[in-house]
This record gives sequence, C-alpha cells and structure tokens, in this order.
Amino acid sequence: MTTRTMWRFGVPAAVTAGVMTLAACSGAGTGGGGEATAGGDGGESVELTLATVNNPQMKDMEELKSTFESEHPDIKVKFVQMEEGDLRAAVTADVASGAGQYDIVTVGAYEVPQWAQLGWLTNLSPALEADADYDVADLFPAVTDALSVDGDLYAVPFYGESSILMYNKDLFEAAGLTMPDHPTWTEVADFAKQLKTDDTAGICLRGKPGWGDLFAPLTTVVNTFGGQWYDTNWDAQVDAQPFQDAVNFYVDLLADAGQSDPVSYSFTECLNLVQSSKAAMWYDASVAASILEDESTSAVAGSMGYVHAPVEKTTESGWLWSWNLAVPNTTKNQVAAETFVKWATSKEYQQLVGETLGWTRVPPGARVSTYSIPEYEEAAAAFAPLTLDVMNAVDPKMPGVSPQPWVGVQYVTIPEFQDVGNQVAQLVADAIAGRTTVEDALAKGQTIAQEAGDKQK
Amino acid sequence: MAAISSVKATSDTHNGPDVEYEKRRRFNRRVSRGLVAPALIFSIALTQIPFVVTIIFSTLNWNQLRPDEIRFAGFQNFVEVFTGGDFLPALWSTVLITSSSVILSLVFGLFLAILLDRKFPGRAAARTLAITPFLVMPAAAALIWKWSILDVNVGMLNWGLGLIGIDPVAWNTDLPVVTIVMLLTWQYTPFFMLILLAGLQSQNREVLEAASVDGAGAVRTFRAMTLPHLRQYAEISTLLGTVMLVQVFDPIAIMTKGTGGTKTLSYLLYERAFIGLDVGQAAAFGVVTVIVTIGIATIALRTMFKVFVDGEVK
Repeated sequence: MTTRTMWRFGVPAAVTAGVMTLAACSGAGTGGGGEATAGGDGGESVELTLATVNNPQMKDMEELKSTFESEHPDIKVKFVQMEEGDLRAAVTADVASGAGQYDIVTVGAYEVPQWAQLGWLTNLSPALEADADYDVADLFPAVTDALSVDGDLYAVPFYGESSILMYNKDLFEAAGLTMPDHPTWTEVADFAKQLKTDDTAGICLRGKPGWGDLFAPLTTVVNTFGGQWYDTNWDAQVDAQPFQDAVNFYVDLLADAGQSDPVSYSFTECLNLVQSSKAAMWYDASVAASILEDESTSAVAGSMGYVHAPVEKTTESGWLWSWNLAVPNTTKNQVAAETFVKWATSKEYQQLVGETLGWTRVPPGARVSTYSIPEYEEAAAAFAPLTLDVMNAVDPKMPGVSPQPWVGVQYVTIPEFQDVGNQVAQLVADAIAGRTTVEDALAKGQTIAQEAGDKQK
Repeated sequence: MAAISSVKATSDTHNGPDVEYEKRRRFNRRVSRGLVAPALIFSIALTQIPFVVTIIFSTLNWNQLRPDEIRFAGFQNFVEVFTGGDFLPALWSTVLITSSSVILSLVFGLFLAILLDRKFPGRAAARTLAITPFLVMPAAAALIWKWSILDVNVGMLNWGLGLIGIDPVAWNTDLPVVTIVMLLTWQYTPFFMLILLAGLQSQNREVLEAASVDGAGAVRTFRAMTLPHLRQYAEISTLLGTVMLVQVFDPIAIMTKGTGGTKTLSYLLYERAFIGLDVGQAAAFGVVTVIVTIGIATIALRTMFKVFVDGEVK
C-alpha cells in the first residue's frame, strides 16, 4: 500500500466513523415506538398505546389493565415501558413532531405545564368535571396546582411524592439521640456528625450530578435557606448569598458526615446503604419509606423513623413530584384515552390495587381519600400520616421565602432548566470532590443560569 | 475488458465490426454501471446524507422544547461551540482518556499474549477467560465495576486495598479519570491481546530456534526478533482500539456523568442533544468533532503509515 491509498482509505473511514457517532446518538431518541393505533373514536375496537416509565406502580397498572379491558370490551391498551430518560426523549420527539403514535403518555410534573403551554396536551378538565363520580376535588391541590395552566388540568396525577427525612431508630437510640418531628438542618448536621463512624455515614445525600439527582434535594435546601434559582424578573440567583450558604452547607455536611464516594450516590445507592444499616439518616423521596418498610426485602423494616424534611427559614421544605397521565393532542382516540386515564386514577382503581395486589402497593400521593382507606392506613401506618401531612403542606407556588415566577419546588418549569440544572450539578459535584470551591462553581453556574433566564424575559 | 479490446482492435482491421464493438462496449459499461449504481447510491445515502443533514441542523436555532422558535441561525451555533468553553476541555479529556487506555491496554495485552502463547495445561480455558471482559456489554461492565468492584463499602478492590492496610478509595468522586481509564483498560486489553497473540503465533519457530542455537537468551530473542515482528500487529491494534475507544460513552454516562475531566466529546454531544435538547448546537458540536477527528486521524495515519512502510522494507 502506498501513502496515497492509505490516505484515500483513511478519510472516508474517519468521516463514516464521525457520522456513525452522530447517527447512533440521534437513534437513541427514537427507540421504543409503538404501532399505529387501530380504529377511531366511533370505530368498533380501539387499541390505545400508552408510553410509560417502568416504575413498579406502572407495572402494577399493566397487570391490572385486563380489568379495564373487560369493563370496556371495545378498548384495548398496549403498554410501552421505558426508562425515565428514554421516555422523556421518545415522548418529546413524538409529541413535538406530531407523530401521534402514543394515545396516553406518563409525563413528569416538570414537563406538564410546559407541554400544555405549547399546546401538546389535551385539556382534561371538561372530561373530568363532567363525571361526578370521578371527584376531581379529591386530588391533592398542591399536585394539581403544578399540573394546571390557567386553572385547567392538562394531566392527572397517578402517584405523587414529597421528600422526607428517614432515620435509623436503633442507631439513634444507641447514641442517645432523639429526632424531633420538625428538625432543622442545623440539628440534622449536628446529629450526623455525632453518628458518623468509620463504616457508618451520619447521613446519606444524593451527590450524583443531574438536575433530577443531586439538585432535587439540594434545591429544597436552597429554598429553605432563603435562596432560589430565579427571582421574579428571571434574574439568576445562583451566586447570591443564600444559594451559596445552602450549597456550602450541603457540601460541608457531605464532607463531615456523609457517605464516602458521594458523587456515585443517588436514590438507589442511598437506599442500599440505609438498608444495610450503614447510614443513620437519609433525606430523599417519601416513596422510599414504602420500600424500607417492605419486610420481605428490607433488613431495616420496623426500625426506621420518618419525619418532615429538615428546614431552616421556611416551615416546610419537602419537594413535590408526581407521575401523571396525559393525552397528547395528536391522538386519534381522545375519548377512549380519557376513559382509561379516568379509570387508572379513580378511587375504584386504588381499591382494585389494594384488593388484588396488596394495600402497600396503592399508588400514594395522588388522592387525599387514599389516606382514609382503613386498610391502607393500617398497611402504611409508619409513613402514610406523615406523607399526607407533607403533601398537604408543601406550596409549589412559593416553596422558599421569596416569590418565584413559576410553579414547582425542586425544579424550574422552563425548557432550559434540565440543561442548566445538569451543568450546575456537575460543577457542584466538582466542589464535592474538592476539585473546585463552591464559590467558583456557583459563579460559573450563575452565568449558565442567567443565559437561560434571559430567554424568559 | 481493456485486454480484450486491444486484442480485438489489432485483429479487426475493418471499420464496421469496430464500431459495433464500440457499441457493445458502451452497452456493457452501461450495464455494469447500472449494476453497481444501487450499491453506490445506497452507500452514499447511508453515509453522506446524515452528515449533510447534520450540517443543515448545525445552522439552525432549534431547541426541541421551543418548536415555535426554529429558524436559520447562520454560524451562531459554531460560535457558541468555540466560545462556550466546553469544547477544548472535552477534546482534551477525549485525548487523555483514549490515549491512556490504548497505551495501558497495549502493554497489558502484550503481557497476556506472551503468557498465553506458551503451552500449558488449560490454555484454551485461560484464553477464553482472558477474552471475556471484551465480550461483556459496555453498560453491564460499567455497572459491575460501579457496584461490585469500586463500591466504597462492598467493592472488591477496596476490600483488597484494605487487606494491605490502605483506606478505601472513593474512586468515582476523587479519581474519575483513573476510574474510567481503569475500566476501559480492563475491557479493551483482551482485544489488544487477541491481535498480538495472532502475531506471536504467526512467528516462525525455526527462526527463534536458530536464535537460541546462536546463543541468544530469552530477553535478547524477544527484543531482537519478537518485538520487531509484533510491530505491525501493535500498530493495527492501536489503530482499531483508538477508533473504538474514542466513541466510548457507557461508563461515563453510568459512573461519572462527565464530572472531573471525564466529559469526552461523545458524552458532551449526548448532553447537548438529549439534556439540552438543543438540536442545532448538538449538530454543530458533531460537525466540529468530525472535522477534528479527520484532522487527527490524517496525521496519525500518515505518521503511522511511514512506520508500516519501514516495517515492510525490513
């Protein structure tokens, strides 16, 4: 081979390699599609395609869909289950391009108001209010607030959650400490330092970079320290003193009394640590309590205590998240889709789950009446009253001490936020690892956040 | 066909058949072109259309969540690529992670190949085991490393360090680049080993025997005979290994999430496209990445090629 032939071989190969990298990236977003749906509203039989996250509660829904199908013989429901990230990409691509392969989608609380404003989702209020049995008023107001645009509901919560502080009662007893019902972060940091030993973390906190990982709990800390992402003029407040205080507190707490290797840790990792009694406290999603109390899989069932999210300057500090069912505007089967959405979020569905699958598996945090079902109260006695309390107390319109121009606790409902949150999380992770200071990280974060804020003005 | 036509041209002196022959030749050429065309069009469509589309996307202002603001933006995206401050660090991370992994894999691969070239009982089983890391899915490998090997509490590596009195290391937090390079080296060493082993086995045993008869020791034989022989194999494995390692994504997405200097170009591109949802900017990053890759590949291939020629001359 001569230089020329090698050169001729080399360049197309390099070009192809580059193109394939791109193609591989763009391909990831389009996977997991369903077939076109058959029939229309007036047709004989309708097959609905439902795109959903592969959470346990959604798998339960798929298990029970035959009950719906026997009640509505003309409607079949096909489930397409995906990882959270894949679902977001697939549904965004489908809805944004108007492809219309999904009749029902599960959408996170972060996206619902944005997609509703873009006109991608069907207004569900008329259908829900027309049905007196459905009882819209029974849905948690804090949750529906976050899903509404101008008073109209564009998605229905399937289950909701807040964040709580969980602690190991055995470790607290052994150290002679008592956890108050409404702890402050200062108290929690104090406990954590006393409980920290060589092989036990005082507290487990998420450190994995990502707007939904690290910044879910961290934003609630920022809120209660008096900080916020944006003020009412959409000016970024990331390098403001309260934001800095909060992040410094979080980073110091991790360094002094947190788990080792914090950047690896998010929900699942902390869950493992707590289940093996290697963390005395854990601040995370309330849904964790039901997993920790499951006697068949958890070694700490019965020895955990649950209290309100720690606060500093606010009275409550829990976050608010819900997975919701929405009907994209592009569906050809709107009526059938609404029928299924109503069924899956009805009181009857909760009874059905309790009776066939067990009462601990009832989707929590969507309906107030869930918490007065006697069987559920008994099965979830350790954490249900607290969850009810917290879900009623959080205020997504003003979670911190200052007013904010969006509705949401641990996220900002602008398209740029997942990008901003992610980049700032990476900077903070560098601060956690000691590669940079919190001050430097947040100074860079301010620039990133301000760019996104300017687009809202 | 050229040979036939010259034979015909010399044997046929008449004008008529010559014209007829010319016609047939043209017809033949048309047929063969027609036969090749589908494959050619297919490969052009498959490789070049996505690239052209990417270039078009790179000139648009297009965020997926702002469908009402899609418009032509000229070179704005490219300006952002170079002024945003993400590109050069990502390029450096890519070069650092790729080159360290390739060099380490080459060294370990050579070592393993030499060991496995010897005859010993259970050699077939040992070879199969040594290849296994390369056969594991990258995402699965990253999860195994994250949970079973590097975990601070229950990881095997930290347990091993504990035995010799070293405190557990928070690999992912404190040493992200080392973590990724370690995993990639583990995963790609078998690939280098396979190619180098093929090289070792193609070596002429008689030459080695002759060397030992002439009184050359094992080290001398290895340095003077085996290493030069392996040179081409090392170069090919380095080239192929680099091509594969440059696009590594899974361990970064699963373990470090791009922190601490592990944000390579492929991860950065993913972030712009699927977290930033900024199609235009992601495409611009893609185009620049391709241009830079071509540049580096050209230089690398040219210098490497000299080495190939030298090897052949010897």
